[in-house]
Amino acid sequence: MAGAAGPGSGPGSAGRDADDSLYPIAVLIDELRNEDVQLRLNSIKKLSTIALALGVERTRMELLPFLTDTIYDEDEVLLALAEQLGDFTGLVGGPDFAHCLLPPLESLATVEETVVRDKAVESLRQISQEHTPVALEAHFVPLVKRLASGDWFTSRTSACGLFSVCYPRASNVVKAEIRQHFRSLCSDDTPMVRRAAASKLGEFAKVLELDSVKIEIVPLFINLASDEQDSVRLLAVEACVSIAQLLSQDDLEVLVMPTLRHAAEDKSWRVRYMVADKFSELQKAVGPKITLNDLIPAFQNLLKDCEAEVRAAAVHKVKELCENLPIEGRETIIMNRILPYIKELVSDTNQHVKIALASVIMGLCTILGKENTIEHLLPLFLAQLKDECPEVRLNIISNLDCVNEVIGIRQLSQSLLPAIVELAEDAKWRVRLAIIEYMPLLAGQLGMEFFDEKLNSLCMAWLVDHVYAIREAATNNLMKLVQKFGTEWAQTTIVPKVLVMANDPNYLHRMTTLFCINALSEACGQEITAKQMLPIVLKMAGDQVANVRFNVAKSLQKIGPLLDTDALQGKVKPVLQKLGQDEDMDVKYFAQEAISVVAQRLRKLDFPVKDSEEHRAPGPDKNHFLRPGMLGEDTGKFLSLMSRQHKETERLAWLLRGQ
Amino acid sequence: MSSAPTTPPSVDKVDGFSRKSVRKARQKRSQSSSQFRSQGKPIELAPLPLLKDVPTSEQPELFLKKLQQCCVIFDFMDTLSDLKMKEYKRSTLSELVDYITISRGCLTEQTYPEVVRMVSCNIFRTLPPSDSNEFDPEEDEPTLEASWPHLQLVYEFFIRFLESQEFQPSIAKKYIDQKFVLQLLELFDSEDPRERDYLKTVLHRIYGKFLGLRAFIRKQINNIFLRFVYETEHFNGVAELLEILGSIINGFALPLKAEHKQFLVKVLIPLHTVRSLSLFHAQLAYCIVQFLEKDPSLTEPVIRGLMKFWPKTCSQKEVMFLGELEEILDVIEPSQFVKIQEPLFKQIAKCVSSPHFQVAERALYYWNNEYIMSLIEENSNVILPIMFSSLYRISKEHWNPAIVALVYNVLKAFMEMNSAMFDELTATYKSDRQREKKKEKEREELWKKLEDLELKRGLRRDGIIPT
Repeated sequence: MAGAAGPGSGPGSAGRDADDSLYPIAVLIDELRNEDVQLRLNSIKKLSTIALALGVERTRMELLPFLTDTIYDEDEVLLALAEQLGDFTGLVGGPDFAHCLLPPLESLATVEETVVRDKAVESLRQISQEHTPVALEAHFVPLVKRLASGDWFTSRTSACGLFSVCYPRASNVVKAEIRQHFRSLCSDDTPMVRRAAASKLGEFAKVLELDSVKIEIVPLFINLASDEQDSVRLLAVEACVSIAQLLSQDDLEVLVMPTLRHAAEDKSWRVRYMVADKFSELQKAVGPKITLNDLIPAFQNLLKDCEAEVRAAAVHKVKELCENLPIEGRETIIMNRILPYIKELVSDTNQHVKIALASVIMGLCTILGKENTIEHLLPLFLAQLKDECPEVRLNIISNLDCVNEVIGIRQLSQSLLPAIVELAEDAKWRVRLAIIEYMPLLAGQLGMEFFDEKLNSLCMAWLVDHVYAIREAATNNLMKLVQKFGTEWAQTTIVPKVLVMANDPNYLHRMTTLFCINALSEACGQEITAKQMLPIVLKMAGDQVANVRFNVAKSLQKIGPLLDTDALQGKVKPVLQKLGQDEDMDVKYFAQEAISVVAQRLRKLDFPVKDSEEHRAPGPDKNHFLRPGMLGEDTGKFLSLMSRQHKETERLAWLLRGQ
Repeated sequence: MSSAPTTPPSVDKVDGFSRKSVRKARQKRSQSSSQFRSQGKPIELAPLPLLKDVPTSEQPELFLKKLQQCCVIFDFMDTLSDLKMKEYKRSTLSELVDYITISRGCLTEQTYPEVVRMVSCNIFRTLPPSDSNEFDPEEDEPTLEASWPHLQLVYEFFIRFLESQEFQPSIAKKYIDQKFVLQLLELFDSEDPRERDYLKTVLHRIYGKFLGLRAFIRKQINNIFLRFVYETEHFNGVAELLEILGSIINGFALPLKAEHKQFLVKVLIPLHTVRSLSLFHAQLAYCIVQFLEKDPSLTEPVIRGLMKFWPKTCSQKEVMFLGELEEILDVIEPSQFVKIQEPLFKQIAKCVSSPHFQVAERALYYWNNEYIMSLIEENSNVILPIMFSSLYRISKEHWNPAIVALVYNVLKAFMEMNSAMFDELTATYKSDRQREKKKEKEREELWKKLEDLELKRGLRRDGIIPT
């Protein structure tokens, strides 16, 4: 508020751009302290607008001090503020003044709420890049030091994220100080700070000179990796990846490997989990030689860990691990040192482990080649296809393309079928949905004959599933199958069955016919649409359920483009006009909509114009939409849509009661 | 998750999504420490004679031997292995419990390290991962510790040891040190409520007997809470730790140390933000009220803290906050009340007009509290203007008739309290609303102008409009 009486708003500002004096800071600041949090939040989010109105000088002299002084607000507001200030350099007058932004961000970096603090640190990191080296040492480094020696853990935690951005551009003396501060945070009293330091250790190591890494970072790493709290130890594993990349093989062996070996056998499963989770990164960081000597044995242990979580995490990495082994000798290593463990995991007691395995195991086919796949992997796939857990079976089926590339799918077809059938009838609709999505793929690989014989009936059964999502997916599935197998096939196998459902006593099934027609008409082409589908759709216009009738209107609109003038003029239009007089408001609405589309189509057929021309010319069609009264109609549409939803629920409720 | 293939086909009509209530029907799960690695070999313990069957002079040595035997850990997930030896260890432990309770002179200096070693071997272990990712302590059955038949006796024994009349903290502190306490605190994350209950007693005894560890224990609990609030949102033993703190706070000397005040403001208040608040809210509110009864001057920061963390979307939590606030108001001093009445009643006005009737109802119940009523009456000239517009609006608009009835009572009470002001507010209600609307419009215009300005600047900068 002090700004109101400040120099900026007085007559002193007379010579300035007239815009500036229009907005005394008091008014703007009032906005920033509005009682309603939401309004306050909105104002903070437009802080840049306010700064712009004030101009750079007053932003520096009045706005920023105000912000610095009044930082006690809801965390959400603070978060927005922290974010805004990161992009504020231009608004305070460019890099020369970037340091003006440090005080409010410094306060924000000490807030309790992690999200706010992290955002403040992010903004500080951003701004640090805009400082000149001199300004960095004069303003930024002292801030980092203040945070690093703050009383409450929050400021020390924030400091951890700032060392690496100021280190590279600091002078040697300052560098030594920064390292010293980081060292002391690594052995901080509070585990929160040690965790923050551990998580930034790798990043900090990367900007240090190699000697400092060896002499200072490595001991810190070893300390953190043997911390009494497992939450700290597990973060050291992450740092290990970065540190390992910096060191030579010999140094690695001496400085890092003992600790890493230990971490892989840590008494806390969380640490072992972390090793498993970071395995590919570790593998790349330590190189092939250490991988063979150390990591593979460690990996074997993780694969038979006593905690399922750890095993599952390790299993997820199997494929990547194998891929990244040196090509020479890879096959032997996998066959002798990895595969025996995998074989046991196929019958693991925990289903998460089995699910994880099923999602990666097929990837080994391409690595191991045809013979090994047939001899060693195939029996495993077959066992997994019979697994009691549907997700395992599903994961195998969904990765079939890998096997197909190597040995072809025929080898599996006999075992596949029962697995597919069982999944197709699984009690969980999500499982059913997932298997439907793989149908086109399977159909392509198994061929038309096999499909007709074994799978076609499943695809038709899904059309009458009691879950809408399944019926919808089944409809799309049919379309994809037709694209694969062609129209002739569609005409003989699919279309008749779909059309028969138009007479089903259940209106939901009758609607499925319409949905199928919507999906299939394009794939089936003009002839089938006009000759076989259209008559059925037209017949359904007399259905007693309104939902069916307005879907007829929608379907006619959809298949219209495939029909010729005669059909449109002679068959479709009369039916739509009749529906346009329907007693049901929704049927009327959709019929009218379809009529206008069909009318357009008819006009186009009469006066063929190129699409591009039509696009450019502001023809009568466009004006048609601009005539007055349109507004009222729009509301009408909206209302009718609302009532339609209402009606559908009502009908559904009635149906359910009927059952 | 559920074993789908065994489901009979008739169930097919039912969606297979396993709901929590369905899952609950499954048998109780149990789990064992994560540290255990099956060594495959059967464990053999050489049977020892009963303590009561040997002469008193030999008892101390036998006692030590039995303690050592009990350091052996069995795998309880394998229900068939080592049955005989498991039973032997169980009976030995239960004999040790009796022995330490009844015998005199059994706690020689040599026994301390052995007791602590035996307890450490048995209870300190890495807790296994939680079975389900979204374990909901309110809905799900907790996973029970499989080795409880042994573990319970070990805890029982340890408590008897700590409570023994012969127990000497000066000797024990060499073994029950900071590291021991740290490991003990980590165990509070156990999913098994029986274990947490024992731990509560153990920690309480240790806090009582080891003066040198008190500050350390408080600090570590601090760290656990801060991690819980700001990092993981997961820790099973928060309620138990708060219960212990409740009795610790009760014993704080006056004036309160800065450390304790900081704990209240920076740790206890933020605990309100956690999603699972309902699991420990009673204990938390107790701690807060304890603090305020010790030092009423803390009322203002506490209430401001609650306002800051007031739930935005979770109505159940809002009801909890209102309950806690009433507990605080029950003990508030009138001088403190005056300091926070404005923000406080702005919040209450919001709650009263909440569309969730339980929130509105809970807030309106304040007017049934005599002490609160007396405070409101004393300050009606401040509170009435804050509350009036909300009350007036709800009396016309709220969907729930019970709320409308309650609001009428409150309005009536205000009318009786301060009829002059009430009449004035009723008269100006409409013009006030209009003024608010006008102000809102001005706000919008201001922002519009600002945005135009920004746009113009942008264009000017890009050279589209000449300066």
